Amino acid sequence: MAGNDEVRKSMGSVEAGEVVDPRATALEEPPACEPGPGVAATVALVGPPNSGKSTLFNRLTGLRQKTANFPGVTVERHHGTVRLTDGKELELLDLPGTYSLTPRSEDERITDDLLRGKMPEVCVPDAVILVIDSTNLGRNLVLAAPMLALEKPILVVLNMADELRRRGGQVDVEALSQRLGAPVVLVSAAKGEGIGEIHEFLEDTFHAPTPVELPVLQSPPSCREWAGQVAAESAYRPPVAPKWTRRLDGVFLHPWLGPLVFLLVVIAVFQVIFYAAIPLMDGVEALVTLSGGWLGENLPASPVKDLLIEGVWAGVGSVLVFLPQILLLFLFIGILEDSGYLARAALIADRTMAKVGLQGKSFIPLLSAYACAVPAIMATRTIENKRDRLATILIAPFMTCAARLPVYTLVIAAFLPSKPLLGPFLGTRAAALLGLYILGFVAALVTARVLKSTILKSDRTPFVLELPPYRWPTVESLGLRLLDRSKVFLKRAGTVILGVAVALWILAHLPLVNGQPPEIGDSLAGTLGRTIEPAIEPLGFDWKIGVGLVTSLAAREVIVGTLGTLHGIEGDEQSMGLQEALRQDLTLGGAVALLVFFAFAMQCMSTVATVRRETGGWTIPILQFVYMGILAYVGAFLANNLVMAFL
Amino acid sequence: MPGRGFSGGKGKRRGRRWKRRGRRRRRPLSLADLREGESGIIESLELPAEVSHRLMELGFIPGSEIEAGKTAPGGDPRVFRVDGSEIALRRETAQRLLLRTPEGPGIDDEDEVE
Repeated sequence: MAGNDEVRKSMGSVEAGEVVDPRATALEEPPACEPGPGVAATVALVGPPNSGKSTLFNRLTGLRQKTANFPGVTVERHHGTVRLTDGKELELLDLPGTYSLTPRSEDERITDDLLRGKMPEVCVPDAVILVIDSTNLGRNLVLAAPMLALEKPILVVLNMADELRRRGGQVDVEALSQRLGAPVVLVSAAKGEGIGEIHEFLEDTFHAPTPVELPVLQSPPSCREWAGQVAAESAYRPPVAPKWTRRLDGVFLHPWLGPLVFLLVVIAVFQVIFYAAIPLMDGVEALVTLSGGWLGENLPASPVKDLLIEGVWAGVGSVLVFLPQILLLFLFIGILEDSGYLARAALIADRTMAKVGLQGKSFIPLLSAYACAVPAIMATRTIENKRDRLATILIAPFMTCAARLPVYTLVIAAFLPSKPLLGPFLGTRAAALLGLYILGFVAALVTARVLKSTILKSDRTPFVLELPPYRWPTVESLGLRLLDRSKVFLKRAGTVILGVAVALWILAHLPLVNGQPPEIGDSLAGTLGRTIEPAIEPLGFDWKIGVGLVTSLAAREVIVGTLGTLHGIEGDEQSMGLQEALRQDLTLGGAVALLVFFAFAMQCMSTVATVRRETGGWTIPILQFVYMGILAYVGAFLANNLVMAFL
Repeated sequence: MPGRGFSGGKGKRRGRRWKRRGRRRRRPLSLADLREGESGIIESLELPAEVSHRLMELGFIPGSEIEAGKTAPGGDPRVFRVDGSEIALRRETAQRLLLRTPEGPGIDDEDEVE
């Protein structure tokens, strides 16, 4: 989502691990910043939301910043380098989208401060690239006025040239350049058109723009009038309204077809991530088994070999199997975001959000929480109202993140026979998965409702949502997302999951009895599991699940690896597979309880750390952890007992 | 929303630029009174400075013409075509964007309960 992207960008300083209030340094002299060695200059990309800054940034730097067709979302201030022909490097900054330079909201203040050199940790840009959407020049040129007033070297990039042409619009670039007193280029960042001209600007020495007549910057009407005049004097012919967007909205925003399509899309997504992923997952599983078998035959017998096969292969391997499924989920999210449908979904969902007292701005962070709660919590920074922001932070971890998917899939596949429910459209397993997503969403809504009608009551702030035209998702942008996601997933498998698997394997082999590893139930790991067993027995869990619950405090999917390791040591994993093994650990009631537990519990150290950082203390994350934990325990207890009573 | 025709025909209501609704006749017309396909000219924005500034940046400038588009299911929020783009607003916000009242005839005094 360009929307999500914008939010991410506005949080530049967060990544450094501290929150810098830009206002605190506003009065001081900007300290001299040290550009990196070989960095010739710093150039900032500025523009309205969804004008394609991040796409252009990726083009120029070769980096892989997430982009989408949705306004108002980039969240960190990204920077990358552009290599020039003389071997020097330029630092390029990708800033949050902004409609004006009047700093009112936090994200606009960041752009403003940065351009004026009020940010101590960032170099004042030597030049600016203003990226605007050429299909709506009149409105987009408004931002040119304050940018020109900065008197910095500037290049005006009219993006989306392909769309302008296709819809019959045109503009005289020369005349516009004359009128603005600055160079103007017409490009298509998505198609890679005109990028050479931007490189020419970057290679050249920077010149301040020729002063031109500017409007009163504080008055939007006067700026808009100026922009209209400039556009008219540049022979700008606006493109015809996007026909397909109107037609598609006729369906997607239809009073009853709209929600029906929404539902069908969601069902299709679940059906595909559950069933279409299976051949791919079988493929990964076969690879894991094959490589494990090869190791087993070719390594000399030693504790290291056992650790590798029982700990690492059985543990990490059982998590790796879920990679194809997670990638499919992200492919769908990517298509929905890039096409522009998500903005319509936000519109359809607004009434529900309003009913629980949340504002429209909360929707975007909550949507991104379906991937992961960490960026979602960071994205709440664009919500100006502190109480709304806190409420959104508190409910974000209830949204079903990608880390829950392996747990859900494993348990559902182990216990629920696959049967068609609605012909080929919806199977039992996909329906169960969908139900769990809904369960998390409902928990979030109910929590929000309670919070917003009691301790976090506040006035409603207006909901303003720009609906971008529908666009075809590009293979490149989708590919980048999947690549990115694979990296994140594999990194976690190689760090947290691997670390826990190794530690657990060692704990499961200590203390040595007469130089021999103990029975697994008597080992340190087993003792840990048995110690907490009384507490989790009412939920229908045995000690192995207990160990999994403890290790999954690090990250949810770790429980899958942990169960893989525990059964790997017992030799079950190889012989009958994890699903089969799981059926021995859990009763049906316990299985449902486990799903409910994972839907509610806040088992994720990264999320806890992010909430602590964003709220500036331990109070909120601890309360949140306890609240979600109690909900998980009670929910699982009820689920177990209800299932046992009725089935 | 009861009593509202959503069906098709964008062009059907083209002739009528706006329409008065609600029992109190004195209430000034606002964007929220427009139906799909109807348009009106903004007179003023009765909102806190910060919000109205933001809306003006998006094109809701006094004197500009706004066309009402589709709504989300249930009739709220509604999409408005403004300055070459589509912006969705909740009814509660649209009610604060007042429309210019045309001189002469054309005021439709139909009483309709929401």
